[in-house]
Amino acid sequence: MSDVSPLPISKEIEEKDVVVIRFCGDSGDGMQITGSRFTQATASVGNDLATLPDFPAEIRAPAGSLAGVSGYQIQFSSREIRTPGDAPDVLVAMNPAAFKTNLADLKKGGILIVNSDAFNEENLKLAGYAQNPLDTEIVKDYDLYKFPITTFTTHALETSPLIKKDKERCKNFFALGLMYWLYQRPFEPTLEWIDKQFSKKVDVANANKMALKAGYYFGETTEAFKKSFRVAKAQLNPGTYRNITGNEATAIGFITAAQLASKNLTYATYPITPASDILHELSKHKNFGIKTIQAEDEIAAIGVAIGASFAGDIGLTGTSGPGVALKSEALSLALMMELPLVLIDVQRGGPSTGLPTKTEQADLLQALYGRHGEAPVAVVAPATAGDCFHMAIEAVRIATEFMTPVIYLSDGYLANSAEPWVIPDYDKIPKIKIEHPSNPEGFKAYQRNEKLARPWAIPGVKGLEHRLGGLEKQDVTGNISYDPKNHEHMSHVRANKIKGIAKYLPPLEVFGKNEGDVLVIGWGGTHGSITSAVDELQKEGMSISSVHLRYLNPIQNDLYGLIENFETIIVPEINLGQLVKVLRAETLRDIKAINKIQGKPFKVEELKEAIKKFAAENAAKNKKLA
Amino acid sequence: MGAENDIKPLTKKSFESDQDIRWCPGCGDYSILAFVQRVLPEMGIPKEKYVFVSGIGCSSRFPYYMNTYGLHTIHGRAPTVATGIKAANPDLQVWVVTGDGDALSIGGNHFIHALRRNVDIKILLFNNKIYGLTKGQYSPTSEFGKKTKSTPYGSVDYPLDPISLALGSEASFVARTADNTPKHLTEVLRRAAHHKGSAFVEIFQNCIIFNDGAFDPITGKEVRDDNTLLLEHGKPLLFGKDKKKGIRIKGFDPEVVTVGENGVTEADLVVHNENNPNPAYAFLLSRFNLPQFPVPMGVFRQSERYTYDGLLNDQVDTALSMGKGDIKKLIHGPSTWTVE
Repeated sequence: MSDVSPLPISKEIEEKDVVVIRFCGDSGDGMQITGSRFTQATASVGNDLATLPDFPAEIRAPAGSLAGVSGYQIQFSSREIRTPGDAPDVLVAMNPAAFKTNLADLKKGGILIVNSDAFNEENLKLAGYAQNPLDTEIVKDYDLYKFPITTFTTHALETSPLIKKDKERCKNFFALGLMYWLYQRPFEPTLEWIDKQFSKKVDVANANKMALKAGYYFGETTEAFKKSFRVAKAQLNPGTYRNITGNEATAIGFITAAQLASKNLTYATYPITPASDILHELSKHKNFGIKTIQAEDEIAAIGVAIGASFAGDIGLTGTSGPGVALKSEALSLALMMELPLVLIDVQRGGPSTGLPTKTEQADLLQALYGRHGEAPVAVVAPATAGDCFHMAIEAVRIATEFMTPVIYLSDGYLANSAEPWVIPDYDKIPKIKIEHPSNPEGFKAYQRNEKLARPWAIPGVKGLEHRLGGLEKQDVTGNISYDPKNHEHMSHVRANKIKGIAKYLPPLEVFGKNEGDVLVIGWGGTHGSITSAVDELQKEGMSISSVHLRYLNPIQNDLYGLIENFETIIVPEINLGQLVKVLRAETLRDIKAINKIQGKPFKVEELKEAIKKFAAENAAKNKKLA
Repeated sequence: MGAENDIKPLTKKSFESDQDIRWCPGCGDYSILAFVQRVLPEMGIPKEKYVFVSGIGCSSRFPYYMNTYGLHTIHGRAPTVATGIKAANPDLQVWVVTGDGDALSIGGNHFIHALRRNVDIKILLFNNKIYGLTKGQYSPTSEFGKKTKSTPYGSVDYPLDPISLALGSEASFVARTADNTPKHLTEVLRRAAHHKGSAFVEIFQNCIIFNDGAFDPITGKEVRDDNTLLLEHGKPLLFGKDKKKGIRIKGFDPEVVTVGENGVTEADLVVHNENNPNPAYAFLLSRFNLPQFPVPMGVFRQSERYTYDGLLNDQVDTALSMGKGDIKKLIHGPSTWTVE
């Protein structure tokens, strides 16, 4: 077999503008690999894309069970897109459980490809089917393709020395190959990847490669498909691109921040979904002066980061919501000691263990207020997977410039979703300037500069010996003080320091005009859905703009002026209404909320509908008043 | 350390801060503070290299009284902060000052993990068998049945032994001393200061307000000779006013014998070996308690093991020596494409 994807012969090719594909199967079926390889191949042909991996919390729920279904959705297009798509055009279902849990999402008339081998008595029973659904009315609205993918795969691997069970495990690559043919993607990048991935298991590598090609050639040969599809290259902004997930961008962003600051970085953490990938990534990069510590618990992790920061490293800790709760006492200590520290919170469905692998934005109030006492810290939130890189640098910049803990709010969607990302020019990113005092003359541990930041004096420097602690400090000296007036003064100083950061933030970027009927305010991982919805509504003629807050404490001051220029203000969030509470309190405006809390991102359509409803209500009210 | 030439030698006074000491008059903490300040100048290490870290409790005010770098952190978490300091800068001398409540109750988890990792820190546990700062509740080392403010009918909590716990946590240096035996305290502090790795020292400390005299039956002047067993490396386990009583081991069980009686000679006694590769020996000693056995004082165990902070930094140094990372390459990642 040749190692180059052949040009399709004889069959018709239909041009498509945008396609959404979802792969789903058992968590043991390799759906995440299938999806991420399809993503890589799609990136390489120059489509714009966005992905949504969706997997269960159970590592291996019983094979074939509904609980064990794992999915991966990708939207790719010849124009700019910002979300993984509302509903799939194509559903690849590897077993009855995946079929059952995903079918309802497939567009009517959509392509439905199933592995018919997996629709056996046992799997049907596990999925709760009394009879094979492929033989029922349920599939009549779809363009159904029943292929015995497992059988095809084992036949294709007849010459492979692998045992039957291992051959069958290659079926996801057969399905992937088939999809490569159907959407005219090259299989070379995947062949290379397989060689690298299975370099120590040559037989497995060869089998996977054979299965991939067999799937591709099957698509070309079979009479079942009358045509294949092509999605032209997108007209993306010029630049060099890579594919990146939020967790990758977060890790690389913090390494870059440490480099920009000419500092070592100590990352202390306790494994937790969906933040653990950041630990895995950072632990590979010791040659950038990165130290990673897997602590005994969440509290220890932030304690280590505080100690590292006191001693002069960039102290970083990372977790998800439950971990933030455990770290909150220590976070207060860091803010009382006024040490730079960044706490990454990759939010997931809560409370308690909640939905560990699903996304949510419900830790905002915890980040802003979830501590004892008057305890302000800076809070930032990346807007897209690629933006995680930039906001990581911002977090370190704020922490070190203002001598404060910073909470960095990512979420499960950003963490795992991938997007093409314009690689920034490192040389153009401003350096992070850090000064450690060395002159004992007149040194006072709590003497502040114009940003109200105290000096970052580190142990080892002669003459600067000082003590920090959680007890209230006397202004300037930092000595223990129980003076009531001093406590009030220091509480104000700590609050003003955080408020004052706003003066140094970049101006808000408005998507659309600076005035009009409707302003949508978002934050975090909803950027793609909100911007897409607003974009479409603008094109439909609505007077609507949006802003996305990447700084949540403090918020850029220009937001308050901007709000005055719009009649209807709407805040969509993946929670029951948290930012909206804050903005209502700050502005005393009747701000509307769109909320969803299903562990899933917003669909563009559902946002559009909700926005239209609020806009219409407002128009009706105005009419009444007139 | 070239700076040593142009400075006056360090003295006890060099380590005294300008803060008023606020422990109760007569508290055992005063004596421990004084002896730490006396031992450190001997080490020949510049003062600015010392960091004292504490949690919460009476003992945890300690860093404020030391004219070194210091952190007064939160309840139980001092070992974690100390670990972070050493991770960032293994060159610093980091001492953790803690109490029986701080280290063994709320901070139990961090205590055992710092020891098993062998982070190069010294942990001084001031054990007064009571909660002092919260005004007199029982602690994890208080005796079973103890009547306190929170246990008027007697405590039903079974106590744990800090030395046994430290040994079980793989500590590489484990010792015990007392606030009222200045010479012994000095020597043990000195030994701890010289140990590379986690050095754990339990210090019997008298709380004059809430648990006065708790250790009198052990280290009181009148009974000390008979009720304590001074551990000296390479010497037989002998105790008593005239050093005639000793420890012999039969099978798994130790027994107190008298030299010169029933044919017992010094040769029958256990010879103390701090470096015994079998930790069961030190653990056996840690179970000695009155009235059956004298309470051992001194170094139970010392072993050499790589330190966590040393290894952590070695990995980074090795990686750096093989070539500093190229940040642009990292940002670019494994595969890219260009849009014109």
